[in-house]
This record gives sequence, C-alpha cells and structure tokens, in this order.
Amino acid sequence: MRVLILLLALLALPALPAQARSITDSAGRTVEIPTEVNTVFAAGPPASILVYILKPEALTGWPRALRPEEREYIAETFRDLPETGRITGRGGEANLERVLAIAPDLIIDFGSVRDTYTDLANRVQEQTGIPYLLVDGRFENTPQALRLLGGALGVPERGEALAQDVEATFARIDAILADTPQAARPRVYLARGPEGLETGMKGSINTEIIERAGGMNVADDGGTSRGLVQASMEQVIVANPEIIMTWDRNFYASVFDNPLWQGIDAVQQGRVYLSPTAPFGWIDRPPSLNRMMGLIWMACLLYPDRWQGDLQEDTRAFYKLYYHVDLDDAELERVLEWAEGRPPQ
Amino acid sequence: MLTLTGGLALCLAVLAFGAVMIGPFDLTPGQTLAALVGGGDPQAQIVIWHIRLPRVAAALLVGAAFAAAGASYQALFRNPLVSPDILGVSAGAGLGAVAGIFLSLPVVAIQLSAFVGGIVAVGFVTLVAALVQNTDRTLTLVLVGVVIGALAGAATSLLKVMADPYDQLPAITFWLLGSLAAITTEDILPALPVVLLGLVPLALLRWRINVLSLGDEEARALGIEVARTWFLVIASATLITASVTALAGVVGWVGLVIPHIARMLVGPSFGRLLPVSVLIGAGYLLIVDTLARTIAQVEVPLGILTAVIGAPFFVWLLARGRRGWS
Repeated sequence: MRVLILLLALLALPALPAQARSITDSAGRTVEIPTEVNTVFAAGPPASILVYILKPEALTGWPRALRPEEREYIAETFRDLPETGRITGRGGEANLERVLAIAPDLIIDFGSVRDTYTDLANRVQEQTGIPYLLVDGRFENTPQALRLLGGALGVPERGEALAQDVEATFARIDAILADTPQAARPRVYLARGPEGLETGMKGSINTEIIERAGGMNVADDGGTSRGLVQASMEQVIVANPEIIMTWDRNFYASVFDNPLWQGIDAVQQGRVYLSPTAPFGWIDRPPSLNRMMGLIWMACLLYPDRWQGDLQEDTRAFYKLYYHVDLDDAELERVLEWAEGRPPQ
Repeated sequence: MLTLTGGLALCLAVLAFGAVMIGPFDLTPGQTLAALVGGGDPQAQIVIWHIRLPRVAAALLVGAAFAAAGASYQALFRNPLVSPDILGVSAGAGLGAVAGIFLSLPVVAIQLSAFVGGIVAVGFVTLVAALVQNTDRTLTLVLVGVVIGALAGAATSLLKVMADPYDQLPAITFWLLGSLAAITTEDILPALPVVLLGLVPLALLRWRINVLSLGDEEARALGIEVARTWFLVIASATLITASVTALAGVVGWVGLVIPHIARMLVGPSFGRLLPVSVLIGAGYLLIVDTLARTIAQVEVPLGILTAVIGAPFFVWLLARGRRGWS
C-alpha cells in the first residue's frame, strides 16, 4: 500500500511544480513554466540553435548529430550532446517516451506558429506534461524571440544584449535601404541544388534574408507560390539576376564554366557567392539565428560601397558572441574560404 | 493507316516547332529561325540550342517511350488498365534516384542509379514470379509487382525520413514528381540509344504480341514460345521505361492513357498500335511539358500535370466501359 501511495505521489509530481510562473508564447498560448529552467528539449534544428546561443548548458541534445566539419565551430562541451531527433516538421523522429526519459524542464519550437504547430504543441504538452513554448521564427521577429526565450530560460540579460545586437544590425541595413529605392536594389537569385535550379520564392522563409539584406529576390510571382520551387534555365536567363547566392559547392564549382550560365549578369560580373555552412548555414538551413551572420555577409556583398565592416572581424566577433567559440586564424580561414571564394579570372 | 501516321507525324513536327518558339525568353519566330540556323543574338542561341531544343527532344522521347511501353504491357497483359509501372519499374527507379540524391551523387550518377533501380526491380519481380510457379502467370506477375513496388516505396520513404531536410528532401520531392527542367543534351544522348534498343524488338515482335493477346493456349497452338516472348517484351518495355524515368523522374499516366487513345484510332492490332501510340505519346508529353514551363513563373512538376489531365480522362474511359479491346 505504501508503495502504491509513493508511486501515485511520484506520478503526480510533474503536475505539481514547486514554483511556476506563466509566460505567453508567440502563438498567444499561456504556458506555466518552472521558475528555474535548467534543461531544454529543442523540437527542431532552428530551436536548437536558438537555445544553444542563449543558454547552451540547458540544451539536452541536437536534433541531428553534428557533422565532422561542423564540430570545431561549436564549443567543445556541447559537441557530443546526444542526437534527439525532432518533434515537429516532416518526419517527427523524436519518440515522446524518449523525451519523457530526458525529462526536460521545457520544450521549445522556433519557427512557424500557425495552427498546425500550435495544435501539435498543445498535444505534446498534454501528453507529456512538459511545458512547450512556441517561438515565432520569422526573421523580423528575431529580437523578440531572443527576449522571450531569454526571459523563459532565466538569462534575460543575454537575451536583451543579443536582441540589441540584432536590432543594431537591422538598423545599419535599414539606414542604407532608407535612401535606396526598390528599383535600385540588387536583383538576387538564390541557387539551390547541384544544378542551381531550385530556388525559394519571394516571401518564403528560405529567402526572407534576401529582402532583409536589401536585395530583390528575382523569384517573385506576386506571392501566389511560396516555398521551394524548381526553376528552368530559361526563367533564370529571363530574370537575369545581378547577384547569385548559393551554398552548393557543386553548383558553385561549375557555374563559371557552364555555357548556359555565361550570359547572366551575375556570372559575367563574377558576382556569384558561395556561403559558408559551418556550424550552421549562413543563408538558411535551418532558418534560425545563424542567418544573422549571413545577413552581415550579404549586406556587405549587396552594398560593398555603403556597408562598413570587415568580414574577418565580424565573423570572429559573431562566432564568439553567438556560438561561444574563439576562432583561431586557421579556423576562421576555413570558414571564410567559402565566403571569399572568387570566380576564376 | 499510312495517312494517319503521316498526319500525326506532321502534327508532331508543327507542335515541336511551336514549342521551340514558346518560352519565357521572348523570341519572335524570325529570331527563333535566325537562332536555329546559327545566327542572331548569342543569348537567344543559348536559349534555343541549349535549353529549348534539348527539352523539346526530351519531351518527345519521354512521351514516346512511356506510350510504347504502356501499349506493350497492355497488349501483353490483355488488360487496358495496365500502366508501364505495373511491374515496379517506377518504384525501383524512384528508389535508385532517391538513393543517389541521398548519397549526394552527381546528376549523371543519380540518373544511372535510377535506371539500374528500375531494371533491378523488374528483374526481381520476374525472378520471384518465376520461382513462385503459379499457373496464372499474369496474376503472379502483377501481385509480385505490387509487393516489390510497395517495398521499394517503403525504402524510398525511409530515405526521405533520413535525408537532409534542407537540401536533399526538396530535391527528392522534385524528382519524384518528374520534370524536364534541368535537361541537357548530355542527358538525352545516352538515353536515346537505350530507348531505341527497346523499341526495335517491340516492333519486330508485333505479330507475336498480337497472337499473345489471344491467350496462351492459342498462342502455343500457333507455335509461339509464350514464355520467351513474354520475357522479351517485358525486358524491352522495362529498358525503355527505366531509361526515360531516369531522365524525367516519375511521370505517371502517359503510358496508361495514350495507348487507349491510339486504340480508339487504329484498333488493337499491335503493328498499328505501336507507331500511333509513339507519335501521340510524344505529342502529348510535348504539350504537357510546354505547359509545365510556361503556365507559371516557376516550373510545374510534370507528374502533377499528367495526373490532373490523365485522371479525369481515365474516369471517362472507365465510364465508357471496356469497349475497343479485342
């Protein structure tokens, strides 16, 4: 009997947090969370980066184990965190029992706050009894996301400092854009895939960095389609972008020799840029705070005459402030080797 | 018959020329002609010679191949509801391509992997069906085809779950929907001889295929080696389907619907059915692919268009009943 009572008491335990406070997430849900949050389960790659940046010691695992080339750009203590899978998005591999076994104080998802995700968050929260926070992952919302989560994780000062840093970068770009009319902004094509013929439509989460950096995405059909699409070579030729951005090394390696791309302005002027991808992509993949580094890089490429800054210094500072790593010269060079790749003369 | 074939061929030539003139890059007929004979703006030459002509050629080839394979399978199985992927060639090719994308192989290797996947799947199906030794060959083949197709589909899904969601998953999705957006001359050249290699035996076997559609007993009585002819037809049709699937991705419906139209025009005799199917299939896919690259700012996947057009047509066929079969 005593054992039974003890068991019941144990079962009831998660429902009775000793001290709790309530917090309103980006979807407008009010969630009760413990006063002290020490462990956080990230529901997907974007959330894991957000948590890693704000409070790495709270992260219980990476949704996907780090690849060898990414490891050196993550602080040593966190390189070998276990692979925990993802709860949301396509292929929810994380087993809720495993989440319960990890017993995090909080589950966080960073990205879409549309109904599907809100519903999913409510379900997981009910099933597991673990508070589940949804944070809006739109690029514009980055400062608010940092403040919201900084507060939730008990690191409000860090959240505030980073939010101000993000706002400062946004403001620097806005200052340039203020006297650059839409028509004068560089026309950018984001080339994905080894053939460079996958792209993201204007307004999709995969390309919002282009507009944020002050470029005009040439894949724009007035908003009828969003997300990733296939383009044909002819459409790229017609769009004739001034700048091509990619992170695909195969595409980058072939674009200057491929006769089909030769007539395009960006190729003729040598303005095709390969973005680094370690530890996380600079442009996208995943769409999280890692894009702030890409934003600085992109602003510098789009407005070389107006943007003040040294990419080396900026990169070193960003990796230190956000990713908790001090890059030595060799490491810095390995990252920037991608960014500084220039077309063969 | 000759006039019909000739008329269809002429229509096809006109369609092909029209398709070469249409596209997002604005070209007048005069500029198109100038580029075709090697003059004019260099950018227009790239558009015509490196983008539109390969694409038109690929659409013709793919449409012709699927229609030929579909006509053969339908005659062989004596069933108008059979499509070329009944023995698992699409599922196998899909798995091959997805594995190639998953391993980040270059495009040529992905195409090769798809081709091999299609061949292996059908080879496996025929092998298992032969081992089972059921008396009803057709039923055994179809059921084993369903089983192997489902297995390959499961393996494909597994790879999709494991794939990188930012790079590989979109590529996989696009491939499984079919497209000719990135086609180049270098892609077509190796596929062309393989398709011909499959078409020639089908043309030579036309009489035996006709006899086979009377039933095994009758065919044997007329001195046909039934099992060998089955094997030859399946091998040829598979070769054709696998090579164009490797090129265009999974494009459904063409092999199912086009032979019907051809049969309405010329009846079920395979000697007439095959060339007419080839011509109509080529024209049909040319039209669909031209739509795919012009109706929107971006590419519309071929598989979606062929399904949207093919599905209602198929329902109409079903409603009409099975008239028109031998």
